[in-house]
Amino acid sequence: MASLTPGFRGRGAARDDSGRLPPGQHLVEGFPVLSAGPTPRVPEGSWRFTLETPDGTARRWTWREFMDLPQERPTVDIHCVTRWSKYDTTWVGVSVDTLLDGIDTSAKFALARCHGGYTTNVPLADVTGGKAWIVHTYDGEPLPAAHGGPARLLIPHLYFWKSAKWVRGLRLLDRDEPGFWESAGYHDYGDPWREQRYSWA
Amino acid sequence: MSSATPGREAPAWRTATLVGDRCETPDVRTLLLDVPGWPGHLPGQHVDLRLTADDGYQATRSYSIAAPAAGERVELTVQRLPDGEVSPYLVDDYPTGALIEMLGPVGGWFVWRGGDEPLLLVAGGAGVVPVMAMARAWRDTGSRAPLRLLYSLRSPDQLFYADELADLAERGAGVLLAYTRETPPGHDRPAARLAADDLAAHGFPPGDAPHCYVCGPTPFVEAVGAALTGLGHDGDRVRAERFGPTGG
Repeated sequence: MASLTPGFRGRGAARDDSGRLPPGQHLVEGFPVLSAGPTPRVPEGSWRFTLETPDGTARRWTWREFMDLPQERPTVDIHCVTRWSKYDTTWVGVSVDTLLDGIDTSAKFALARCHGGYTTNVPLADVTGGKAWIVHTYDGEPLPAAHGGPARLLIPHLYFWKSAKWVRGLRLLDRDEPGFWESAGYHDYGDPWREQRYSWA
Repeated sequence: MSSATPGREAPAWRTATLVGDRCETPDVRTLLLDVPGWPGHLPGQHVDLRLTADDGYQATRSYSIAAPAAGERVELTVQRLPDGEVSPYLVDDYPTGALIEMLGPVGGWFVWRGGDEPLLLVAGGAGVVPVMAMARAWRDTGSRAPLRLLYSLRSPDQLFYADELADLAERGAGVLLAYTRETPPGHDRPAARLAADDLAAHGFPPGDAPHCYVCGPTPFVEAVGAALTGLGHDGDRVRAERFGPTGG
């Protein structure tokens, strides 16, 4: 019987016993870019963020109004389905709880909508309770367009494709609706600790 | 093939055997793997390879499939990254006849499903691997789609698939080798980065509405994506795959 990858040793530095690395992931120092098409360029002056509820109510913020909201500074580990993880990334942005403040809704799901047409879906419970932000600053600098600037969603406890770049709104939904990658063979929920990478087409 | 719609299967772990290889450049090895039960795949899809050390340590990385589906054969092209954990083993040490675990096929977006519409493939460096799977599928199926392939590379010693690229040109595909630092003798394009001018001269006009596939390192994909939309191509028809510094 032939053996499995004989002579492969791996590298000590890539091993991680901290308990912070989900299965099948490896640590990186850099910040790889992953997206499906050309990078949209969205000037802050024309940027709007829209929150829509199932009954048709909408809230909208301009960039300036958004920056006047209470800002939080999460430091989080992030995990990409392409198998890299990065520890202690630092962001500045607005908690989704702040955007939803005072909204009484029966919705159970949210669909993030983005410039360039990208969408991604999450249970509403996964973007509330201090678990998700709309961020505009990474590592002390304005978020570069390639990484989703001027603003992206940040949902660090799910695979990073859920942290939609170039986000322009959240639509609250009574029923789940698959987003872009979720319609292209990726998992509907995307928990890195359960390796929910791919799904049946 | 067991699948009526290749590439739409759920990815599953299988054990593959290395049955052959080719050296593309001193840093790049093509692996020919036999994968019992392989369901087929679409050009542009990738796989995850899982390597296991004697002490049980495992490392998993993604690699693009280089050739269209052919039974239970999967062809991968791997470039050695200087600081890589996995690619030096796959290029230098992984022996013929040995096993490796493979999850796939993965990816339902950066894929070419055939058809007669113009096809523009733009590759930077090792980004040529998944677009070559598309070009090979174009050739093998006798596709009537007009095909143009623009391949940016640093110097002649970095060229993958030279004979097949020449063959594609003879079959009527447009093939531009855009050397960025050093050209071979007699090459009429001076060494320079692939720019909007190249895309305008060697691609398709936006009115032809080609399907555009762009693959390479992030700065390359960013530049080409911006150039294509700047030339008037619809961003919705530009599909991108970025190779980060993490494939090692």
